[in-house]
Amino acid sequence: MNYLDNILAMRAELLVVAQIIFLIIYDLFAPKTAGKTIDFVSCALFLVITAVGFIPQADVEAFGGMYLSSPITEIMKSALNIGVILMFLQSKMWLNSEQIAHKRAEVYILVLSTLLGMYLMISSGHFLIFYIGLEMASLPLAALIAYNKYSYNSVEAGVKYILMAAFSSGLLLFGISLLYGSSGGAGLYFESVRALAIPSSLTLLGLVFFLAGMAFKISLVPFHLWTADVYQGAPTNITAFLSVVSKSAAAFALMLVLFKVFPALFDYWEYVVYALIVASITIGNLFAMRQKNMKRFLAYSSISQAGYLLLGMLAGTAFGMTSAVYYVLVYTVANLGIFAIVSEIENRTGKTEISDYNGLYKTNPYLSVGMMLFLFSLAGIPPFAGFFSKFFVFAAAVEKEYYGLVFIALINTVLSLYYYLLVVKAMFIGNDKITAIARLKTNGYTKTALFIALAGTLLLGLLSCIFAYIEDFSFGLM
Amino acid sequence: MIPIEYYFVISTLMLFIGVYGFITRPNMLAMLMSLELILNAVNINFAVFNRYLYADQLEGMFFSLFSIGIAAAETAVAIAIIINVFRHEKKIETNEVKNLKY
Repeated sequence: MNYLDNILAMRAELLVVAQIIFLIIYDLFAPKTAGKTIDFVSCALFLVITAVGFIPQADVEAFGGMYLSSPITEIMKSALNIGVILMFLQSKMWLNSEQIAHKRAEVYILVLSTLLGMYLMISSGHFLIFYIGLEMASLPLAALIAYNKYSYNSVEAGVKYILMAAFSSGLLLFGISLLYGSSGGAGLYFESVRALAIPSSLTLLGLVFFLAGMAFKISLVPFHLWTADVYQGAPTNITAFLSVVSKSAAAFALMLVLFKVFPALFDYWEYVVYALIVASITIGNLFAMRQKNMKRFLAYSSISQAGYLLLGMLAGTAFGMTSAVYYVLVYTVANLGIFAIVSEIENRTGKTEISDYNGLYKTNPYLSVGMMLFLFSLAGIPPFAGFFSKFFVFAAAVEKEYYGLVFIALINTVLSLYYYLLVVKAMFIGNDKITAIARLKTNGYTKTALFIALAGTLLLGLLSCIFAYIEDFSFGLM
Repeated sequence: MIPIEYYFVISTLMLFIGVYGFITRPNMLAMLMSLELILNAVNINFAVFNRYLYADQLEGMFFSLFSIGIAAAETAVAIAIIINVFRHEKKIETNEVKNLKY
């Protein structure tokens, strides 16, 4: 393969880089009157990238195995793309606000740079690329979280995020350095580390540090302490990005590394992942119950959802990987649907408490019904996609005879229904004529995002071909 | 030649001093310095492994070069945000960053 072929093999990354460069130039040279078209241009261009991502691509290995792409990584990237396009559509309102409007192009550029980092993380074949991707995914995100410069909450969330992200990547890097010591001179390629990943104390210590670093990124329970604060302080549209795209990219990357590099150490990381799942699901649920703020509530709900996602990973089979990817897809549409409504309400009225949603049905019936459907999907109530995704994840775990774990997860599903219904109760039964949110008129972009999310929530579960399509390309522990 | 274990004692000590400092320091800039200690422990590890075990190649050295570069970028972003905190509160103590809790 010559140099040009190597670069052309990175289709998804190239397209994103092209859009970043185009947006920088467009923002610099477009006339002032054309300032508002940037929303349309970036959404349209990204829609093209999303569409291209669906075209199947064969296995690719570029740069001597440092970059690996296969159909399953393309599917994962498409799942992230869907999250990003929904986030772009619903953030128009925020970008048009007075303090942000003059620097709105940077939001698109920074989001696309984090996306590029996530792509690299997912299709890396070497720990160096993996690490660079991880940092590329977290540094611009810190800038985005602190984007509302005049809001102290936003800045505080930014500083909390950047310190925790740097700390966790330091731990992760220490793990990688120990793995390098046990890699036997063939370098840090996934292939060569796997060949020598025997349960020696050096490798195990490296694995532990690596898992701790990744668990910070996915915000699994002993490492979740930054999550609620950052989610609450960040601009709501960035919170949506953080809770869906960033989290699922890290989960995908962790899954690929565990399956590709550490299959020989399954007996060891099995227990770690087991404990992380039990802790994340239970503690995420218990803390979500006592939240009064909508964004903190969604933060804890996302912690417990990440625990369910890990169930598929623990199974270690092709079916487990399929169910995890499918889970992310369903979670993406449902959660971004909720965030579209939450951010719309926050940007119009500044209200974020759950009690502010009292009587929302009286004033905004369509939004309330949509919100209810998304919440039902997250809770896993049958006709919606959320039920099927939870069902597949549990089925994958039962297949490997994790009965106790599935039982704990099932009890937690019932518990989670309680707090999701608290919001529904506030919207439909809660009656507060004086402070109820006035009737909102959503703009076209948000409406499109809501319709896409709604279609996904209703159809993803019923169209079985999607699950079958993902299953064609998945693999288990190799 | 100095035995390889000596270096690991140093690098592990640096890692845990960094972790301890990160948890206990009341000042955000001191927290950043602790982070640098952690990252430099990693760099020592890479360089030593490379020099002692795989002297015929340079992969560990490359890795530490990249990690130094990325650490600089990280610090730049962190300090930019810390300056922003200072503009709001005129302080960069960690106990001042307490708007968001519960």
